[in-house]
Amino acid sequence: MAAELTVLTGADERDLTRLDEYRTVGGYRQLARARRMTPATVIERISKASLRGRGGAGFPMGRKLSLVPPADKRQGPAYVVANADESEPGAFKDREIIRRVPHRFLEGCLIAAHAIQAEAVFIYIRGEYLAEALVLEAAIEEARRAGLFGQVKVVLHRGAGAYICGEESALLESLEGSRGQPRPRPPFPPVAGLYMQPTLINNTQTLASVPAIMELGAERYAELGVASAPGTVVYSLSGNVTSPGNYELPLGVTLRELIFEHGQGVADGRALKAIIPGGSSVPVFTPDQLDVQLDFDSVQAAGSYLGSAAVIVVDDRACMVQLALRAEKFYMHESCGKCTPCREGTRWLVRLLEKIEAGDGTQADLDLVVEVCSRIEGKSLCALGDFAVWCVGSYVEKFRGEFQRHVDEGRCPYGGESSTEGVPAPSDQHIHTAMAQVPA
Amino acid sequence: MAELYDEIQKAAARYPQRRSAVMPALRLAQEHYGWLSPDALREVADALDLTPADVEAVATFYDMFNLEPVGRHLVEVCTNLSCALAGARQVVEALEIELGIAPGETSDDGEVTFRLIECAGGCGYAPVVVVDHAYREPTRPADVPGLVEELRGR
Repeated sequence: MAAELTVLTGADERDLTRLDEYRTVGGYRQLARARRMTPATVIERISKASLRGRGGAGFPMGRKLSLVPPADKRQGPAYVVANADESEPGAFKDREIIRRVPHRFLEGCLIAAHAIQAEAVFIYIRGEYLAEALVLEAAIEEARRAGLFGQVKVVLHRGAGAYICGEESALLESLEGSRGQPRPRPPFPPVAGLYMQPTLINNTQTLASVPAIMELGAERYAELGVASAPGTVVYSLSGNVTSPGNYELPLGVTLRELIFEHGQGVADGRALKAIIPGGSSVPVFTPDQLDVQLDFDSVQAAGSYLGSAAVIVVDDRACMVQLALRAEKFYMHESCGKCTPCREGTRWLVRLLEKIEAGDGTQADLDLVVEVCSRIEGKSLCALGDFAVWCVGSYVEKFRGEFQRHVDEGRCPYGGESSTEGVPAPSDQHIHTAMAQVPA
Repeated sequence: MAELYDEIQKAAARYPQRRSAVMPALRLAQEHYGWLSPDALREVADALDLTPADVEAVATFYDMFNLEPVGRHLVEVCTNLSCALAGARQVVEALEIELGIAPGETSDDGEVTFRLIECAGGCGYAPVVVVDHAYREPTRPADVPGLVEELRGR
């Protein structure tokens, strides 16, 4: 029989933040087993299970592990870096994992450390997650005192408020004590990552999935999920839904099941207008796409991305221009400023959308939104620039009529009555320079 | 401050390269002084053998480092998509009324700094208000008077 959960298993029944409780559900047994195996065997097991990264890109963890040169073929240490800088709007799963199963996450980190013979594990947790950092710190201390770390050093590093640091190369820069700005690649982290040493960097949930894989083996793990993406994932459900929250389910459940069965449908009996399937960065879906399965390949085939499996439900009270403007202000704020298309383009998009929302936009402005999007996408070192246009670009594409009405009628058709009317946002950018004078 | 210096050295010892301790050191300095003045930045730089410019470059990049004095209490409201859909604007407006200041401002008595933040990772429990780094999820406009009263009493 297949397990139902692989990440939050047992957390409803027990306080798994405690080492003794975690041990009663088999905690750290997989670490002990892994340490009796050769690193190559551990890598093979994880590779066979086809565990795809849960941070957003869905890159197979086994491939990342294999790209790290083995201990006898490298100079100097290797590192494991756990990405707990969860900042994608809509995502709050890593937070729950750390709060409820910190030891499982740590066990996954330590198994990964054994697989690449790493000298140290660095856990980069976003600065806002103070309560979670304290839970994790206590778990680390307990595991350290119990001698579970062996020769491995475990360091908890707190961020200080920057979305971009969830991007792996920006995270490494930040961890090295610099501004969190992405690096050109190659070299990729498995070859030259932290301090230019071979580094395995994985998302919190990915690492927290490793103990279950070691326990179940590839075949039983694959009984959950779909062939192209086995296992479970913690879906973060939010927005205009009756029962928002985190739901750990097999990969491949449909949006309909997640929203209407687990989330109990759209809140307040409203009509569904739009669904953002993978965090604010990904292209939006419309209600006719409710039967799309939530796994990496299915969502991509339907024109979007599973991303961090953060599903945001939007009902018919929201104005899509306002939503686009709010999303774009986020990307403008979070653009690190290194690449011109992203830094200047996000500012330009914000100005254009403000103009359209105010009813002052012309046809040329609306066309320019699409044009500017095409000038940003694919033209920066990291994906933030892409994210900044996938959201807005898809809103325009899927809700063109609504944008057009703003232009044609010279006013927001909601007339001040939308749920997102006038929502304020932090307005500066991380680069903290004066706004460039862009035409808009 | 010898005490701060010692704490920074302890933080630096946890990393293979001392420079990695810039963020923890800035946090320590901020906890010590309440904000990061140019003098505090210099102190961090000296403790880590970096230039003040190195340290300032980092301090100015991250939202959580205060480069100006802040109030004794910090009230932050997330207004990102999920919170916006759940009525974050109304929460912001209620706070403006109760606190008597706009986002980005500190009350005249230096008690409270009020600001807007980007997604805090509480989307399922929106709208999210963070008071002195502790999440209040969800916070409805009706909760605001009590929240402010509680702050004033602390």
